[in-house]
Amino acid sequence: METAAATASSWFDGDRAPLLGWLILLSMLVLASIAAARRGKKFPIRRIAGLVAVEEAVGRATEMGRPILFVPGVQDVDQMMTIAGLTVLSRVGKIAAEYDAQIEVPTARSLVMTAARETMQASYMSAGRSDSYNPDLVYYVTDEQFGYAAYVTGLMVRKKPATCFYMGQFFAESLIFAETGNAIGAIQIAGTAESSQLPFFVAACDYTLIGEEFFAASAYLSGEPDQLGSLRGQDLGKSAIGLLMIVVVFVATAAAVTGVSGLTDAAEWLRKLVGG
Amino acid sequence: MTRQIALIITFVSGFAMVASAFFKPVEHWGEDVAEWFNVLAAIAFVLGAANLAKVHLEKISSRSPGWGYSGLTIFFFTFTFAVGLMKLGVHPMDKFPAVAMSGEKDAEGSAFWWMYAFVMSPLTSTMFALLAFFVASAAFRAFRAKNVEAALLLGTAFIVLLGRTFAGVVLTGWLPESLSFLRLENLASLILEVFNSAGNRAIIIGIALGVAAQSLKIMLGLDRSYLGASN
Repeated sequence: METAAATASSWFDGDRAPLLGWLILLSMLVLASIAAARRGKKFPIRRIAGLVAVEEAVGRATEMGRPILFVPGVQDVDQMMTIAGLTVLSRVGKIAAEYDAQIEVPTARSLVMTAARETMQASYMSAGRSDSYNPDLVYYVTDEQFGYAAYVTGLMVRKKPATCFYMGQFFAESLIFAETGNAIGAIQIAGTAESSQLPFFVAACDYTLIGEEFFAASAYLSGEPDQLGSLRGQDLGKSAIGLLMIVVVFVATAAAVTGVSGLTDAAEWLRKLVGG
Repeated sequence: MTRQIALIITFVSGFAMVASAFFKPVEHWGEDVAEWFNVLAAIAFVLGAANLAKVHLEKISSRSPGWGYSGLTIFFFTFTFAVGLMKLGVHPMDKFPAVAMSGEKDAEGSAFWWMYAFVMSPLTSTMFALLAFFVASAAFRAFRAKNVEAALLLGTAFIVLLGRTFAGVVLTGWLPESLSFLRLENLASLILEVFNSAGNRAIIIGIALGVAAQSLKIMLGLDRSYLGASN
């Protein structure tokens, strides 16, 4: 028996078992919800102001005859926030193509530039405006964080874009972008999961997609059943975690008040289960 | 076909990263994938440099507004590249005193080091310092008590700011022990440790679930918009 346990611990990290369990549960919930959506089940989705405003913001830029600026963060494509930013770019790019608005995408990483060009090209194609696609509007600037910030803010002051999107991973430059955009009177929509930068975007932008809203943006904008189904799976996972946390709070409180060792053990086990 | 290959690479890389987090015999898979990515990123650097040159040379050739700045960009790009490549001002390593270029390109005293220390760093610091002014202007707008929510935000910010300084201690330090919870430093701690932490954790849980769901969609090819393909 001991040998079997030792063998298991030599290939599996037991401390991470709860995390693996949650991962499997969440994956199953997401896949089951996608399957339900494919069978035609409709899922209601709450209104996200920042995403409702995307079309209006693109329309405003078209009416004013000014460009749209899209900043996909300052990190590379190995970061999930950058990928999420690119998925939003694909939707924004399609709307811009339909409105015949000019969208400019300066990038801080050359791989992001390559991916963004592919994304934009596909967006223009799906909008039936391949002829309007200009690859030169998606370009590389520099990897240097503040060098990139200096370029982008300079661009904003010179070209005065009517709409600015900041979608990806940002650090100290977030407020530099958002305040400059505010100064030139642009409509600004930001989205990031970098919690330390959220207050800056909230303070300076018109709309901010906070954390999970940012990852939901692509699904929301596409309206595709698969995508909306994945959102429902995500919400079910969140409900399960919320429910478990309430149980943990009650059990831990009861253990502290009564001092019963069984409750203390149960609270500790549940705490580990939620990843504490 | 290209899209299929990209999807297969995405799935294999994603699976390797997940497996390396849980299974000890394949712990190194995560690092291997990260190394592959670094190799790709290094190759992509050439693409980036070529694009930078193309964009700015076109601006110079068409004399578009601000072409002078493009000229400066190309000049300094080439200059920095040459200085690093030729290891100007680099002293030979102690181990190989006879080999002129054996020292590190960015060793102290070299031309590359000088450019970084006396050009790049001050410029970066200048940009960073701008944040102080931007924080002030953003705070000025955010803290205007236009409605109940904004007034609450202003009040909370006021308590936290005062509570984190000596002024807070001086202003409310006279309160008796029985009312010590009303001292500004204690109120600030309460706001940060209870209300702020709870809100922050809720956001972080949402982010973690969002990342997991998005990763799953990308690994399984359910969301391919980042590849420039429709779903």
